[in-house]
Amino acid sequence: MTGKTIGVSVPRLEDLPLVRGAGRFVDDIHLPGAWEAAFVRSTHAHALIKHVDTAAALALPGVYGVFVLADLLPHVATHLLAVGLPSPSYRQIVDRPILAGEEVVYAGEPIAVVIADNRYIAEDAAGLIEVDYEPLPAVSDIRNALDEAAPRTHRNAPHNLVAEMQLAFGDVDAAFASAPRTRSEQFFLHRGGSHSMEGRGLIAYFDKIDGILTTYNSTQTPHAAKRLLCDILRLEDDKVRVITPDLGGGFGPKLVFYQEEAVVCLAAKLLGNPVKWIEDRREHFISSAQERDQRWDVEIAYDHDGLILGVRGLVLHDHGAYTARGVNVPYGSLSALPLAYEVPTYRMGVKLVLTNTVPVAPVRGAGQPQGIFVIERLLDMMADELGLDRAEIRRRNLVPAEQMPRTKPFVTRGGIKVVMDSGDYPASQQQALDRADWDGFHNRQAAARTDGRYVGLGVANYVEGTGRGPYEPVTVRITNAGKVQVSSGAVAMGQSTKTMLAQIVADQLGHDMDNIAVTTGDTAATTLGFGGFNSRQTVLAGSSAHAAAIKMHDKLIKVSSVLLEVAEEDLEIYGNRVRVKGSDAEVSFAAILQAVSGIPGFRLPDNISPGLEFTEQVVIDPMTYASGSAVAEVEVDIDTGHVAVHRIVFAHDCGRVLHPQIVDGQVLGGIMHGLGNALFERMIYDENGQPITTTFADYLLAGADETPNMELIHLSAPTPLNALGIKGVGESGVLPIPAAVISAVENALSPFGVKITQAPISPPELVALIVAARNRQSVTAS
Amino acid sequence: MNITLSINGARIEVDVPPRMTLCDALRQKLQLTGTHIGCEHGVCGACTIIVNGRAVRSCLMLAVQASGATITTVEGLAHGDDLSPLQAAFRRHHALQCGFCTPGMLTTLHALLTEEPYASEERIRDVITGNLCRCTGYIPIVEAALDAREAYQRSRESAPL
Ligand code: FES
Ligand code: FES
Repeated sequence: MTGKTIGVSVPRLEDLPLVRGAGRFVDDIHLPGAWEAAFVRSTHAHALIKHVDTAAALALPGVYGVFVLADLLPHVATHLLAVGLPSPSYRQIVDRPILAGEEVVYAGEPIAVVIADNRYIAEDAAGLIEVDYEPLPAVSDIRNALDEAAPRTHRNAPHNLVAEMQLAFGDVDAAFASAPRTRSEQFFLHRGGSHSMEGRGLIAYFDKIDGILTTYNSTQTPHAAKRLLCDILRLEDDKVRVITPDLGGGFGPKLVFYQEEAVVCLAAKLLGNPVKWIEDRREHFISSAQERDQRWDVEIAYDHDGLILGVRGLVLHDHGAYTARGVNVPYGSLSALPLAYEVPTYRMGVKLVLTNTVPVAPVRGAGQPQGIFVIERLLDMMADELGLDRAEIRRRNLVPAEQMPRTKPFVTRGGIKVVMDSGDYPASQQQALDRADWDGFHNRQAAARTDGRYVGLGVANYVEGTGRGPYEPVTVRITNAGKVQVSSGAVAMGQSTKTMLAQIVADQLGHDMDNIAVTTGDTAATTLGFGGFNSRQTVLAGSSAHAAAIKMHDKLIKVSSVLLEVAEEDLEIYGNRVRVKGSDAEVSFAAILQAVSGIPGFRLPDNISPGLEFTEQVVIDPMTYASGSAVAEVEVDIDTGHVAVHRIVFAHDCGRVLHPQIVDGQVLGGIMHGLGNALFERMIYDENGQPITTTFADYLLAGADETPNMELIHLSAPTPLNALGIKGVGESGVLPIPAAVISAVENALSPFGVKITQAPISPPELVALIVAARNRQSVTAS
Repeated sequence: MNITLSINGARIEVDVPPRMTLCDALRQKLQLTGTHIGCEHGVCGACTIIVNGRAVRSCLMLAVQASGATITTVEGLAHGDDLSPLQAAFRRHHALQCGFCTPGMLTTLHALLTEEPYASEERIRDVITGNLCRCTGYIPIVEAALDAREAYQRSRESAPL
């Protein structure tokens, strides 16, 4: 299924300026005379604000404005960011105010903003602002936040439960009542922040003459930002333009609309001067959304052959102090658990818990790695108990290929049926196992142990819903220079979105990538749009681009047939022209455009409709399910607890592959992120809600020396759900990795009987587990 | 304060406040925005530039400390319209996704390979442990550097130091 530009690794559109240092990230944009903003952020996790003294800051030369909430209230329709995705599960509404008023509920919450000549002066002035706090008790641990005696995250709230829901199907209690075997476990899982290398940031500029607010914003969702700015600032939708310039990564949190975006835009409007704010790394740690803790109390019922009969339990999920996105992260966790395997009955409840910490929103993977971790760990434990091979127990439970498409007895959070449309999960696992030499590992492991080395192998599978609908518009237009201009509501944040759209369009329109220009992430270019999240853009925007390019193709041929007086079937598109097959006769895109643009008073040729522009928004409601398997090989130093990941074999199916190199890149990056979630990344708060890890020296990201050997296997079963057969891939790498790595670590330590029920796990924690297990062993031995 | 320095082959005089960091001076005063800022704590390496032949974190240096220095930034790596061999290798190997860490990776590796054109894979990996990348998983970056070595070896032979 390869074409000239599809299915091959063409050079990326994005690369040239980026390798030359000529990218255009938000902080690279210098509007003449722009001022800069610095925020005053709460130093307390929970406190009342008695008074804010801004006089000294205002008196500082070079300061043009200082605003607290009261200053902004007269200028906004609402000061609350109502962004929660709809759900009947909320028990209380906790929307973020654009600046904290009477109460701060997490350390890092913005209280005031200073606008000054430059960031240096703005920060000086911010340091002069005196906030008089009355500290209140804070809660930072989900494990006790629902206790009656626990402090309330918001002082007037009845409790810390913000939402609760469950995902259930089948008669799970009956399954447990008659099950030959059951076991119950508790898991504690943590994920950190996104840590795109570029933080958030924006520049806002209000043109008083035409009343238009323009903002360059490092966001994954410019159209959503525009809607909120319209609502908050009472502006009509043709008076706000949000442009996403080059994005230095997103990975989730940049899909949220933040307080700073509203405040900076409002300040620019009130002061009549461009204002820029760039998040620094410390701010990223204390103000950009994160994914953090989940505690799973879970039971599994199964038979003597290891077949799953039911899973039930309750999850506590850290929501942070406010609703920044909604219930989608825990919903992703609950629905990821029963996807890859036959789980006949299921009931998993979740309580979303408020804590005095940064709000939680999706980070690459959006809750799914946690659900996958839980089922994979349970399968390992069952295999251990039954004396079965860990791969064999999975083989018995994986949804077989013959059953595709397979409807699962539940729906997405949008109420759409979960139908796993394509793929061969057992084959995927088998290929990964074969490549990793699963069957021969026993001997290698035994040999290593005689040398005093502890190596282990682990396996995990995943199925992921990708391509969240309903649609993403794409416009394809021919310019006067005969170029193809593609615009989309999609956002390019590093996943090569521009290249992807150009490939799909070039496949229909002349195969010349250099003749295609792509605009993404500009609300002035497309009226509608959603943006980048949920591994959706290639599926949705790609489908729209494909449909629009086909229409353009047909019209170019039709008009050329009139202009050249040749039958349509004798014409072909080549480069930026249409030519008669096997002859020199041709007409350029530019000439065709001229012909269909018309001349006043004259008929268009053959009554063809005017212009060369097509907009398509292909609607695809059902998600398409990507899948795969990971095998991890590790070595554990039992004295230091250090885990070296030697090798990852990753088999995956993202449907038809548009650009092999880009797909590999997405998977590799995801795997590294997954390694971080297995072994390194931890956003730590103390019991008073003070963030402890606020630099890359305390919060560890995997570096080049942690990179294992990675081998990718592509299965590529095209989905029937879109014309191109593609499924999303951006998040897949991360999903099974924590489960596979932890399984491998446990396997390496099997001589001691170490059992791991958490992720990440640090070297000291691992040493403690080893010591405890050895003590147990010596007690039993004596 | 007025300082004079050589940047990407041009002699430049610029007036900077004493407390301005070198990366801010490059980005704001000289519009050399290719040098990126990822942490300002000296940990991520995005701001790496080459000062008197050595890879240096420009967020940890004041502009005034660079007075008289010879500096190469990412903008100075290409030869006119032609990408440098390292830049071209980054492109070929898909060693960049969002491209935010890329300038720091390029300058770090350019300094390394200029000094050590025969650097081993292990050495390359070791040197870029100080540069964080959230997108690529580092493998393509290491491959690109290995691929570019030959060009550095050739230029070392034709112009011995
Ligand atoms: S910005 Fe200088 S090391 Fe990160
Ligand atoms: S390419 Fe995005 S951080 Fe390295």
